[in-house]
Amino acid sequence: MRGRAGPLVKTQPFLRTLVTPGTLCALVFLAAMAAVLQYSVRAFIPGSLEPGGFTLANFAALIKPLYARVFLDTVWICFLTAFFTLIVGYPLAYALVHVRSRFAKSFILITVITPLFLGEVVRTYSWIIVLGSDGFINTVLIKLGIVAHPIQFMFTTLGVVVALVHVTIPVMVIILAAALSHIDRNYQRAAASLGAGPLRAFATVTLPLSMPGILAGVSTSFAWTFSAFATPQLIGGGRVNMISNLVYQLGFASFNFPFAATLCVAGLALVLAVLWLSNAALRPLERMGPH
Amino acid sequence: MPRSAFQRLLQAGGTLAVVAVLCFLLLPAGVVAVAAFNASALPSFPPHAWSLRWFAKAIAYRDFREGLGNGLIVSGFASVIALVVGAAFAFSIDHYRFRGKRLIEGVLLSPLFVPHFTVGLGLLIIAAQIGLVSTYALVIVCHVVLVLPFVLRSVYVSLRNLDRRLELAAASLGASPRRVLGTITIPLLLPGLVSGWLFAAILSFNEFTASLFVTTQRTQTLPVVMYNYVREYADPTMAALSVIYIVVIAALLIFANAWLGLDKILNVEGS
Repeated sequence: MRGRAGPLVKTQPFLRTLVTPGTLCALVFLAAMAAVLQYSVRAFIPGSLEPGGFTLANFAALIKPLYARVFLDTVWICFLTAFFTLIVGYPLAYALVHVRSRFAKSFILITVITPLFLGEVVRTYSWIIVLGSDGFINTVLIKLGIVAHPIQFMFTTLGVVVALVHVTIPVMVIILAAALSHIDRNYQRAAASLGAGPLRAFATVTLPLSMPGILAGVSTSFAWTFSAFATPQLIGGGRVNMISNLVYQLGFASFNFPFAATLCVAGLALVLAVLWLSNAALRPLERMGPH
Repeated sequence: MPRSAFQRLLQAGGTLAVVAVLCFLLLPAGVVAVAAFNASALPSFPPHAWSLRWFAKAIAYRDFREGLGNGLIVSGFASVIALVVGAAFAFSIDHYRFRGKRLIEGVLLSPLFVPHFTVGLGLLIIAAQIGLVSTYALVIVCHVVLVLPFVLRSVYVSLRNLDRRLELAAASLGASPRRVLGTITIPLLLPGLVSGWLFAAILSFNEFTASLFVTTQRTQTLPVVMYNYVREYADPTMAALSVIYIVVIAALLIFANAWLGLDKILNVEGS
C-alpha cells in the first residue's frame, strides 16, 4: 500500500536524517512570514530602521484612498490577466493534449514553458521593445498607415496586462493541460456517438469536466500576477502601480518597513481569500463529477 | 456533406487560434532578437544596418559579469541544496509515516502562492536582526525556499512511477536499507532528480523579485543587474543579453524534453 511501510520493511530507515532538512527550511519560511506579520503591527519611526511599539494604525491606514486605490487596481489587473490568460491559454492546452504529431507537441510545450524560465526582467524588457512608442507594434502600424501617431501602450493598464498575460500563460496552460489530459476520452466519444456535434460535445462534456482545471488555473494565475513586480514597475512606469511596487517603494525609498509589511499581510490575505473561494467553488463540482 | 465541412472549418479555426497564440508567445523573443542585431541604438524595424556591437558590449560590461558570477554562485548552491533537501523530503512523504507530515509539506509548498516580495521582505527583516544582510547565505536560503516546491513536485512524479516491489524485492533478498536506496531507489529516481535540479537551477538563476529585496550591491544576481540597467539605459545591450539568455534557456529545455520528457514531469501527457 502507498505511503505505508510494507510487511518486509517494518522500520523507517534514515527517517530523521531525511526529514530534518526539509523541516528546517519550513521553519525558515515560517520565521520570515512571522517577521512580516510582526512588523505589520509595529509603528514606523521616521529616520529609524528599528520599528516602534505595537499598533494597529498601519492597518487603519490601508483604507486611505491612496492605498485603497492601489489595492483595487491590483485586483483589477490580476482579474483581467487571469481572464485573458484563460481565453488564450485554453486552446493551447487543448492542442497540447490532443495534437498527434510528436514534433508539434514538443514545439508547443517548449514555446509555452520557455517564458516561465526566462525570468521577469528579460520578458518585461522584450515587451518594452514591442510596445514602446517607437517599438515594433507602433512602427508596423504607422508603416501600414493604420495609425498616424504611435498608440500609447507604455504606462497604461493595457500594456501591463498584455505583458502579464504573456508571463502567466505557461502556468495556466500547464494546469489546464493536466486537467484536460485526465478527462476520459470515452465521454467525448459517447457524446459523438449519441449524435452531438463537436461544438455541443465540447460545451456539454469537455468544458464542464475541465471546470476544476479552469478554476485552479484562474486562481493560480491570479496569485502569480499578484506577485509580479518588474512588469508593472517597468511597463507601468509609476503610472500603473501594483501592491508589489508600493511595498518596494515604501521599503527602499521611505524605509517604512512596518507599513510595507502591513501591505504584504493584507495582500497575502487577499490571495488566500481568492484561493479559498476557488477551492470552495471546486468542492461541489468535484462531487458532481463522474469520478 | 455539410457536417464534415463544418467540422473542417472548426478544426481550421482551432488551428488558427493556436497558431495565433503561439505567435503572441514568440513575438517578444523575435522582436528582441531583431533589436539586438540592429547597429543603431535607436530601435527601427527593420534595422537600417546590422551589427554585433551590442553583443560585444553586453559580454564586456562589468556589472553583467559580476552579476553572472554572483548568480552562478547562488544558483549553484541553492539548486544543489534544494535538490538534496527536497528529494529527501519527497521520499519521506511518499514512503514513511511521521507526525506533521502534511503540515510541513504544506508549508514547503506555500511559496508557490505567497508573493515573492513578501518572502523577500520577511527574510530581509530576519537577516537584518542576525547580521546576515549582504551575504550570499541570505540569497541562497531565500532561493532554496522559493525553488523547493518545484523540486518536490518533480521528485513526486518520479516517485509515483516507482515500483515499490523492486525495493521490497531487494530488501527481501537481504539488501540493507542503505543498499536499497543506493542501488534501487536513487537510480530509478534519477530522471526526476535531474529535472528537479535543472528546474531549481534555472528558476534560481532567474529569480528576480525576492532577489531585489535580499541582495545588495555586493551580492546582486544577474536579473537584478539587468533590471538596474533597463532603468538607467535604453540601448540594445540588454537586447543582446536577452538573446543569449533566450537561446541558452530554450536549448536547456529542449535538451530536458528530449532526454527526460517534460510532458511527463509536468503531468500533461495526452492519454
